[in-house]
Amino acid sequence: MKQSIPKRPMMKEWHVIGFTIFLLLVFAVILSAQATGVGQDFSSEQFFDLWAKMANPDWSYIPDIITPLLQTIQMAIVGTLIGCVAAIPVALVSASNIVRNPYVRGVVRFIMNLVRSIPEMLLAALFVAVVGIGALSGVCALSVFSFGMMFKLLYEAIETVDQGPIEAMRAAGGNRNQVIVFAVIPQVLNQYLSFFLYTLEINVRASAVLGYLGAGGIGLYLNTTLEMFRYDRTAVVILGILVVVVLVDALSNKLREALS
Amino acid sequence: MTEKKGNIEIKNVSKVYPNGTVGLKDINLNIKQGEFVMIVGLSGSGKSTLLRSINRLHDVTDGEILIDGQDITKATGNKLHKIRRSTAMIFQNYNLVKTSSVYRNVMSGRVGYYPAWKAALGLFTKEDQEMVKTNLARVNLLDKYYVKARDLSGGQQQRVGIARAMMQEPSVILADEPVSGLDPKTTKLVMNDLKKLNEEDGMTIILNVHSIGLALKYSSRIVGLKEGRIIYDKPIAEVDKRDFKEIYREAGDDSSVEAGNDVEED
Repeated sequence: MKQSIPKRPMMKEWHVIGFTIFLLLVFAVILSAQATGVGQDFSSEQFFDLWAKMANPDWSYIPDIITPLLQTIQMAIVGTLIGCVAAIPVALVSASNIVRNPYVRGVVRFIMNLVRSIPEMLLAALFVAVVGIGALSGVCALSVFSFGMMFKLLYEAIETVDQGPIEAMRAAGGNRNQVIVFAVIPQVLNQYLSFFLYTLEINVRASAVLGYLGAGGIGLYLNTTLEMFRYDRTAVVILGILVVVVLVDALSNKLREALS
Repeated sequence: MTEKKGNIEIKNVSKVYPNGTVGLKDINLNIKQGEFVMIVGLSGSGKSTLLRSINRLHDVTDGEILIDGQDITKATGNKLHKIRRSTAMIFQNYNLVKTSSVYRNVMSGRVGYYPAWKAALGLFTKEDQEMVKTNLARVNLLDKYYVKARDLSGGQQQRVGIARAMMQEPSVILADEPVSGLDPKTTKLVMNDLKKLNEEDGMTIILNVHSIGLALKYSSRIVGLKEGRIIYDKPIAEVDKRDFKEIYREAGDDSSVEAGNDVEED
């Protein structure tokens, strides 16, 4: 008896659906490119000019950027500190093992999710408009950003603590605050410090560009050097940011390893 | 801790879990100050539920539990905290904060006596710090004062749990399978600690246990639970070993009596 591969319908034999989708995608990419003007004139001259200038950094610019670099770090530290401290009570209220009322938790979490959904650059732009140009608006933006981030990390950590000690404190006649102080905080302290360092790392990176919007720090110098076509100085600024970010990351990693 | 405190009256207590499981059915139990009551029964018979209800770690559906005349099932706020303070609990899993020192764990038993902010700042009185030392010395762990709880063995952790319970200056100690994770030697240490509290300090002790040997050796009264009901309740003098057959009997087996006899002779 002769056996044969079963015959497939024409549609499947020639992969009609797959090819159609592929062609549609290609078409969509071409249309989007046209709509956004990707194909516009590209000046390779300017491009190589930028590279050439950036390859010869103006090292004499270093003393000028030390202060703003330090300001960037300071902004990050202050912003992280304010945001992370403010996040503690809110995180406690949203943790299901601390607050039993699901409506209270739900409302708090909803508001916090709104806060977290605002990107930090947008926050900076908002605060520059409200507070004015300067480091304060940067600090405000970073505070709100850290607040949202720490809130999320912390309440999840609180919800996963060992329930035993909480039960023991309740059994010993402790009220809610005492339960928190004696059973919850000791269990999440290390994690909290670790989250703090992690948030700081991210904030240092973020605050480097916040100045671009006028929110203080090194970003302002990035902006001015670019606008004056001093790419040799831009290179120095970028290298400065790189050094700071790498140093803070390394330090934070070391400390976090020590914590765990 | 006056000598007359530590009476527990459980009246018509029933407990139905939200999913419909019946935890306790019409429990009536009168425990007098100074008794050492062991509650025996199969897993799922309601032992833990009963013990936890006395401290209101579980709410009961019906009935009342009077601790020295005060009904804990309806107490709220400060009153509830005060009653809980007088009924210390010892747990199967020790429930210590593993990352905290022994000192801090023991001191935490004292929280019921402080306003929250004072306790948070660690503003404990000299007397209470002395009390930590005394209680740790009683369980022979004074040398572990600064050690973190997670670095202790199970038996040591349980004895820290006992020291913590003692900080409450309770009149009742509720122990929920306190020795089920421990070897026979450590079991003996822990049980002797509890016996001492019972005999020297006159505390009422209620203890859940799986081992019949332990029950016969230490208790002054044995209560048997089965499917949420009390099916056995006798002072130790009247207890016959054969009685356990009934408590531990399940449909289709009658050999489970031997299971609990292992620790009896040590």
